[in-house]
Amino acid sequence: MFDTLSDRLERIAGRLRSRGRLNDADLDEALREIRTALLEADVELGVVRSFTESVRARCSDEVLSKSLTPGQQVVKAVHEELVEVLGGEPLKITYASKPPTVVLLAGLQGSGKTTTSAKLALWWKQQGRHPLLVAADLQRPAAVEQLKVLGEQAGVTVFSQAGDPVSVAAAGVEEARRIGRDLCVIDTAGRLAIDAELMDEVRRISQVTSPHYTFLVVDAMTGQDAVATATAFHETLALDGVIVTKLDGDARGGAALSVKGVVGRPIVFASTGEKLGDFDLFHPDRMADRILGMGDVLTLIEQAERTMDRDVVERSAGRMMEGRFTLEDFLEQLQQVKKLGSLGGIMKLLPGMSKDLRQAADQIDDREIGRVEAMIRSMTAEERLNPTVIDGSRRTRIARGSGTTTQDVNQLLKQFREMQKMMKGLGAGGALPGMPAMGGGRLGGLLGGRRSLPDLSSLGGAGSDGDLAALMGEIGGSSGGLEALGVGVGAGRPTAGGAKTSRSGGKKKKKGGRVTPPKRR
Amino acid sequence: MTAVLIIVSVLLLVLVVGAAYATVTRARRRTFEEEAEETAAAGRGGARTAVKEAPPPVAAPEEAPPEAAPAPEEAAPPTGPPRLAERLGKTRGLIAGYLGKVRSRGSVDAATWDDLEEALLRADVGVATTQALLEDLRSRVVSRELSGPDEVLLALRGDLVALLSEPGERHHEHLAVPADLAEEAALDEGEGEVHHHLHHGETTGRELRFDDEPGVTNVWLFVGVNGVGKTTTIGKVARQQVADGRSVLLAAGDTFRAAAGEQLARWGDRVGAEIVRGAEGGDPSAIVFDAVQRASARGNDLVLADTAGRLHTKVNLIEELKKIRRVAERPPGRVTEVLLVLDAVTGQNGLVQAQQFTEAVGVTGVVLTKLDGTAKGGVVVAIQRELGLPVKLVGLGEGPDDLVPFDPEEFVDALIG
Repeated sequence: MFDTLSDRLERIAGRLRSRGRLNDADLDEALREIRTALLEADVELGVVRSFTESVRARCSDEVLSKSLTPGQQVVKAVHEELVEVLGGEPLKITYASKPPTVVLLAGLQGSGKTTTSAKLALWWKQQGRHPLLVAADLQRPAAVEQLKVLGEQAGVTVFSQAGDPVSVAAAGVEEARRIGRDLCVIDTAGRLAIDAELMDEVRRISQVTSPHYTFLVVDAMTGQDAVATATAFHETLALDGVIVTKLDGDARGGAALSVKGVVGRPIVFASTGEKLGDFDLFHPDRMADRILGMGDVLTLIEQAERTMDRDVVERSAGRMMEGRFTLEDFLEQLQQVKKLGSLGGIMKLLPGMSKDLRQAADQIDDREIGRVEAMIRSMTAEERLNPTVIDGSRRTRIARGSGTTTQDVNQLLKQFREMQKMMKGLGAGGALPGMPAMGGGRLGGLLGGRRSLPDLSSLGGAGSDGDLAALMGEIGGSSGGLEALGVGVGAGRPTAGGAKTSRSGGKKKKKGGRVTPPKRR
Repeated sequence: MTAVLIIVSVLLLVLVVGAAYATVTRARRRTFEEEAEETAAAGRGGARTAVKEAPPPVAAPEEAPPEAAPAPEEAAPPTGPPRLAERLGKTRGLIAGYLGKVRSRGSVDAATWDDLEEALLRADVGVATTQALLEDLRSRVVSRELSGPDEVLLALRGDLVALLSEPGERHHEHLAVPADLAEEAALDEGEGEVHHHLHHGETTGRELRFDDEPGVTNVWLFVGVNGVGKTTTIGKVARQQVADGRSVLLAAGDTFRAAAGEQLARWGDRVGAEIVRGAEGGDPSAIVFDAVQRASARGNDLVLADTAGRLHTKVNLIEELKKIRRVAERPPGRVTEVLLVLDAVTGQNGLVQAQQFTEAVGVTGVVLTKLDGTAKGGVVVAIQRELGLPVKLVGLGEGPDDLVPFDPEEFVDALIG
């Protein structure tokens, strides 16, 4: 429904003249597209303006890269600027010398404060701390009950009492002190920023509890209003940070950029699901990918989860990399993939696919899959396991059995062999012929020398798609590799394809060779 | 040639998906197990179950008697419904500013369009709809049909009202809906089947549908993502229906969220409606089914069914919702409204939500909540324009009376001042 920024820039890429530098006219065009993409992502208008100006400044002095198209270069600049704005100085949480450290959560109704309070408490508990939850939302029916249930699930005590929110909050902090807790997380009622009375109430809560950290909880699907709300809360409470919730949806999350841009406080945590464990530190690069609409891996994985047999798929991926992937396996996988629906349609969902690959994906005739399938089915088990035994007469038999020609069978076998080699090469972490970006890039680094499926937890948990997107970007960008296999990808642009493959220079391995996953709970 | 592409695609796909999948699902499974352990330890069976079993046979929820309120705790009769205009007065400031500028300039120039664009975008109307609206106005200025900022503003207002109108609704200014705006086909982008799609012009109207047929139990299903205000809205709707003399039964179909049943029960007490609840973690379909049975047996006119908030991206939860609707539809039940509750603060994702939920369970109308805040809720323009889905109700606060019918003119006045 909404075009990704990459789509938009690809469209005008032809018109971005290739000169020594990105000139103003080029930039203006590109920036218009950026503006639209960001607005569609719900970034607030004022923030979009200042942001595009920063991008302009970043771009206008850059010399046009030889390996990136102007469009790609602009995307890169936007991405970098996004990461910088979203990131910046991370919040370093320091704990009070005289416990408890008091944490206050505030925000609009329905933003996720109560669930987030419990998640925060659990997060700290898992770090060995001893939090107390304070149920100071006396407005919403059964809010206190909700927190109690969550507290129980998290194994964290919940303090509640009758009265008014201000006195309850104060009493809660006092209780935390009394029973020797080092953290006190206060949940408050949702309130509108323009509700003077309730804003005054939360100000008073803040006064009596003297929080060390005040976090604004923001729903990732918030639209243009994010700025007005955040500004008002910031003026009232002097926020220390922001927590973005419901990132497990597909809202692009521009509100995060808006709030950060306007309030200037770091986004500290990201909430990525309804379960208490769906909570992690915020990753600016993943958010940047999301805002730019790079990749819909989550949908893909969900779909896959629903339809594919996970064990089969996992095993196959592992075997693929060890070079033990056979035609039998391939047939099995084909069945799995078919369940996902149109192969071309699925390919489009993979992030970072270059326009060429996506066009090619469009050209995949799903009936072709039937023919490939038929050919493999016409083989005996032995032939599938060991295709080298397939001589001329067998080929003829297979061709006849599947209603294809011997040339088709030849081609299938040849290409499959090539792919096998390539996959094995991936597994060994080496550079691959014609696909330098794949071997030398992130994937190669990840796989360096492993024999089994690597720990890809650095690619993120349920709520992230950034690293994976970048990964696919590398894979997708190497259409030159496909060229080597004789695939005419993107009619009439072989040189462009060739130029792309030199991007990473072919030999560059990721620094360090391995990617250490972030600490998993 | 394509064979290669297929091979490449499949292998890449499997590799990528399989690997990411392994990580993701392992993480999820781990959390699920942790959760299951904790809740088991706490003596509850509260972990969320995916729709993995076959639908259970007609099972009565564990608590047999519904929790009837002998008398509502707050016996206060409903006060008059708040008018949209009053509540929105204080938020007009920002956008009215742009339009004031437009008027004051005295002529229509580039700055006019900039200001108008800004006003619309800030109201979450969205890029596509904004562009369509402004292009139309621009062409009418060029053709001299409109001259001067006042006429442009009037035309804009008229266009917006027309876009939000249901066929047959009368308004003060009878401006024809510009052809290209009205003809927008909705989901013809080849994105798959839409089962319950409403085309512009074939909408169900703004009234809440209630079938008076004997032997039929009307069910109004409330759906939406997390945190939008479904439960609160049900409380308000129940209040109004009770005031209109209907007998209402609430179905606590949110069996996932901690204390959700409790929350709805409190609303039931407040507004004078009985409730059917089940155990947390139970099957929501069973509860809805039981509510329909009970309503039929006891002669309740209407079942208002709450459901758990769910993101449309979660396939298994959407499947669960589909099942809830199917079950609710079993005679004597008849689902006469599927109301998508949408938070006014939502940006463009609102359109995606509307599309996805409509595709899944056939949404009949939107309830736009929290419009008493600073958010304008402009995304409903796109929702009506592209999906033909009308806003039926507007929520304006957390109290039982804070619900009004949607009026396009009032809404547009508040939208663009």
